[in-house]
Amino acid sequence: MTFGFATDRPAPPRVVRRPAARGWRRGLRRAATGWAFAGPATAIVVGLSVFPAAWAFLISRTKWNGISPARDVGWGNYQTMAQDPELAAAVGHTLWLTALFVPSSILLGMLIAVALNRKIRFSGFYRTCIFVPYVASAAATGILATFVFNPQFGVANDTLRRLHLPTQQFLESRHEALLVIVVIALWGEIGFTSVIYLAALQDIPAELTEAASVDGAGRWRVFWHVVLPELRAVTVFTAVWQTITAIQLFDLVYTTTRGGPLQSSETVVYYMYELAFQTQRFGYGSAVAYGLFAVTMLLTLGIFWYSRRAKVEAF
Amino acid sequence: MAVVPAPRRAARHRFRLPFSGWHLLLMPLSLLFVLPLVQMVLTSFMSDSDINRFPPRFIPRHLYLAGYAGLFTESHVLRWLVNTIVVSAIAVLAHLVLCSMAGYGFARLKFAGRNVGFFLMVATVMIPTQLLMIPTYLMFARLGIVDTLAAAFVPWLASAFGIFLMRQFFLALPVELEEAAALEGATVWQIFLRIVLPLARPALATLALFTLLSSWNDLVWPLIAISNEKWYTLQVGLTMFQGTRRTQWSLLMAGNVVATMPLIIAFIAAQRRFVATMTFSGLKG
Repeated sequence: MTFGFATDRPAPPRVVRRPAARGWRRGLRRAATGWAFAGPATAIVVGLSVFPAAWAFLISRTKWNGISPARDVGWGNYQTMAQDPELAAAVGHTLWLTALFVPSSILLGMLIAVALNRKIRFSGFYRTCIFVPYVASAAATGILATFVFNPQFGVANDTLRRLHLPTQQFLESRHEALLVIVVIALWGEIGFTSVIYLAALQDIPAELTEAASVDGAGRWRVFWHVVLPELRAVTVFTAVWQTITAIQLFDLVYTTTRGGPLQSSETVVYYMYELAFQTQRFGYGSAVAYGLFAVTMLLTLGIFWYSRRAKVEAF
Repeated sequence: MAVVPAPRRAARHRFRLPFSGWHLLLMPLSLLFVLPLVQMVLTSFMSDSDINRFPPRFIPRHLYLAGYAGLFTESHVLRWLVNTIVVSAIAVLAHLVLCSMAGYGFARLKFAGRNVGFFLMVATVMIPTQLLMIPTYLMFARLGIVDTLAAAFVPWLASAFGIFLMRQFFLALPVELEEAAALEGATVWQIFLRIVLPLARPALATLALFTLLSSWNDLVWPLIAISNEKWYTLQVGLTMFQGTRRTQWSLLMAGNVVATMPLIIAFIAAQRRFVATMTFSGLKG
């Protein structure tokens, strides 16, 4: 740091320049050095994803329980998917969960970030409190949630009783389980979105908002016309990230309801896990996983496309 | 202690900020986020009769250690803790070494196949974990690492996120230092080890924290690949425990405390770094 490189602003990304030393230019040696640096990690990442993903596709075209020989069924598994009522229900649950989770986590994250960005006392303390649940594992969070939302002696119902409100069955109710899972997921994830938004807010140059205030814009107008547009990029990022989080939510379902009661909180991911690891239907399970992959990718690309059209540079 | 020098007091007053309405939002929210965790800790010290009473008790009447005693005698929790520490330590170390090397390679070195390799690596981000569960399990079975700790740490040896994070950091470093060193005849490895890595400390800290968090909290990989109780990680052990001890809350909460508190304490100790890190992690750019 004594070299004076600790500049205030990070230098803009540079294109790799040709290094001055001549030895580097010898192609083969350069490739060897380059791959010695980049190879091991790339091999692990690609080997643990592209290769198994291709294998999963082969498996998805078979009927296989892992023990007896696999039987080729072509696109049969994919056709089964179209007529599987349990899968249809699981898709519905996943859509509900995503539709509830993503907007709430964005709005709440933004609201909390705006609050934390005010220069008030204890803001560091508040920030810590709100972020801590993000550090706790989803497994522990799920177990804790079954305690807090326990219909008989959980705190949630106790609070309702004290407020003279009707008590609920929460995770043990077919109609409430999914909603409660969303609430628990929000509890664990809001810390993340708030901190991301907080960082984005702190990046907005003070001159921008001050100029607007000087021009006579009220607080709300400043937020709406100056701050919000500046947050578009981070919102696109958060939307993509949280959509993927919601679609792939597994640990929480596993530790709270295991898809119950009566499959009312069974998501696609959980259904896939059951197919593969409880009933040993590897072929069909892989097909469902591919379906999920396709949808995730379409959604992600859709959000990208939208943000590109809206001229938001999120990534 | 009662006599506080007047001038200092006045100085303090000057820095006191006026009450803000935002407290009305943040205070209850903070409680909502923290109280369940506080209750988790308190419940772990309660007797079952204290827990299963009506209305529920928040503060334990006496300090009962039965939950912890049960946890430590009836399960392999200490072993699970050691397993988890081993898995996370290997994951963090491997990430630091492999991802910083790859990040530097992709950021600064020019070599045949670099762009293809980088593109392939970034593209893997879109593949969901669920798609990989079955073939990875089968692959582990062929490699003979099912039911070993390797099944828990192999998926965490390196990650696209880690490589990308380090690459972004190296790209933002001014290149002149490295050029100067190269002119003086330093090799790529010397430049990397002596000049670049020491400058990369903040990025390495970020990487270490994220890897610690995700490997420690990982449930999926050990859950599908480890069925021998001795090789469980804490997260798997907890969920297995939950299945058999549904109503022994003090025991379950004690398990939760053991599984979460190390990270929570580490986070509170390193929180400045952590939050600064989240903001810089390239998540914005």
